[in-house]
Amino acid sequence: MRIISQIGNWFDRRLQLAAPIREVTEHQIPRNTASWWYVFGSAALTVFLLQLVTGILLALIYVPSASEAWSSLQALNHDVTLGWFIRAMHGGGSNFMVALVLIHMVQVFLFGAYKFPRELTWILGVFLLLMTLGMAFSGQVLRFDQDAYWGLGIGASIASRVPIAGPAIVKAMLGGPIIAGATLSRFFALHVFVIPGMLIGFVCLHVLMVLKLGINEWPMPGRLVNRATYISQYHELTKKDGAPFVPYGIWKDMFFAAFILLAVAACALYFGPFGPTGRPDPTIIQTVPKPDYFFLWLYALLSLLPPAMETPALLIGPVVVIIGLLLLPFLSGEGEKSWRRRPIAVLTVLLIAITLGTFTHLAGFTPWSPHMNAWSGDPVPERFLHGTTALQRRGALVFQEKQCRNCHSLGELGGQRGPALDNVAMRLTQDQLIRQVIQGGGNMPAYGKNLSPAETTALVAFLETLHPVGQPPAREAARDFVLRESSAHP
Amino acid sequence: MPNENNISRRGLFMKLGILFNGIVAAALAVPIVRFLMSSITRGRAGDYLSWVPLGHVNEFPEGETRLATFRNPYVTPTDGETVDTACWVRRIGGDQFQVFAVNCAHLGCPVRWFPQSGLFMCPCHGGAYYRDGSRASGPPERGLFEYPHKIENGLVTIQAGELFTPGPSAALTGKNPPCA
Repeated sequence: MRIISQIGNWFDRRLQLAAPIREVTEHQIPRNTASWWYVFGSAALTVFLLQLVTGILLALIYVPSASEAWSSLQALNHDVTLGWFIRAMHGGGSNFMVALVLIHMVQVFLFGAYKFPRELTWILGVFLLLMTLGMAFSGQVLRFDQDAYWGLGIGASIASRVPIAGPAIVKAMLGGPIIAGATLSRFFALHVFVIPGMLIGFVCLHVLMVLKLGINEWPMPGRLVNRATYISQYHELTKKDGAPFVPYGIWKDMFFAAFILLAVAACALYFGPFGPTGRPDPTIIQTVPKPDYFFLWLYALLSLLPPAMETPALLIGPVVVIIGLLLLPFLSGEGEKSWRRRPIAVLTVLLIAITLGTFTHLAGFTPWSPHMNAWSGDPVPERFLHGTTALQRRGALVFQEKQCRNCHSLGELGGQRGPALDNVAMRLTQDQLIRQVIQGGGNMPAYGKNLSPAETTALVAFLETLHPVGQPPAREAARDFVLRESSAHP
Repeated sequence: MPNENNISRRGLFMKLGILFNGIVAAALAVPIVRFLMSSITRGRAGDYLSWVPLGHVNEFPEGETRLATFRNPYVTPTDGETVDTACWVRRIGGDQFQVFAVNCAHLGCPVRWFPQSGLFMCPCHGGAYYRDGSRASGPPERGLFEYPHKIENGLVTIQAGELFTPGPSAALTGKNPPCA
């Protein structure tokens, strides 16, 4: 034992780290912050460390070259011992990290921890969130497959919309005029050097401030933050009802960190590595590119925004959100911390969560996209053809051949881009049907140039049969009136 | 020893040291920035664009739209298959052609041609275009991008080399859907 302490002393005389470490471990935390609610930040840090380790392991095999990246991922999946497991840990870990950072942020927001004197901790946290998302996107690019290729195209298309600088930003982002070798290389540099380097620096400052300023006390309804008195109140609290961080606070962090690591490993074992999907060959256009889970909401939003709103929303929206997050601690740096007395804060979180959740859910089955595989092979169900005339049956054939069901469902089969047509005759009169087919409108293409008059007549005749038995189709009342008048007074 | 201006000898040296470092940093910044900007500045002279043949005119039947592929004219050693590019070639009749980029004018996903309904459709966000490339429906604010093309020695040739992106003027150059 004496030898060990002598060796320890030898090192500490040179490093002089024992005193600061003791200061960290023994610093007093309010006793009620040793809570399971306070474990998400350290869990995010744990997953970040896991990402560093698994990332370095992957870099032992991965080749950041557009011509070889895809094959090297295949080698990791199939040839290298446990390469699939490390890939699965790294890919799954990224999802865990984004989720933990978001949960941590929500907890900090609801517990008022961003208020005085922890404003800068929150601001660094906002940058850490942005960097985490940057890591998620650039990591998706490094999985250099079809989704990565077309995802870059989407990124370039968004960047190109910046006024004046757009085309230059696209070339800077792609490293040239097209998505190619230079593109992957620069995303590799971002994912492996630039962003992680910044992340490490920001994480250190973030944690340092948590230690220096003290962990946010458990928010009590009615205990308001006041810039003049807060610091002394906090010190009084830690003196009166405090406990050393080690072991009172840290054991829950340690348990949760281990649990999260276990969860990442279990997910990796169960789900396996994600992708790579098809080769990044731009001539293969039979592909439906989709972003990774955490960007699905954006994918949905881009489909549902009115076209004219899109560019402003894409360019101004993120700026407004980021500025809002950065200004938050200055706009409400004092006052009530407890979520029990901050209904607007709670509603804001709920609204954002429900919105993002709904968009993510919608992106799972993309009702806005035509069904690209709804070929004419899907016949019109028989029950729609009972008792129909020859003309109406010809119309059903037109319906089938012109792939109306790419966008419209009939008998529960077909796209959801346009309305289901099972009862269309109840909604539109004959004239309206003809106009809609020929001129389109309301987001439907015009088929006038693609249908002969005979085909249009037959198609509309068929559509007019699409109404429930016993209920009459829509008719134009004025037309009945005119017909009656003309027959009464010939 | 501080002099009457209150600047010590060492203080002066430190300031000179900062100045010296500043000059060196500025000098080094020139090559660094030029290196970083090279992908932008190089394209200004139109270096990226060239004429590329797609195939003989007769390979494209009249009145039909076919997928053609070509190799991007600007290639670097690590590009792999990413320089192979696809485009839609519509032969209206005779020597009249239209060559469309596969990239949707909304966000660049690959559009597919459906001859039966006479539409290009995008799988991502549901953009649709008529056979002449004009916008039919969905989020795109304009028609499909067209490559400049010419017929040379019986070959359909296009000017290619850059990824089409909607650009800042997406809303301004948008074509309205024609009335059928």
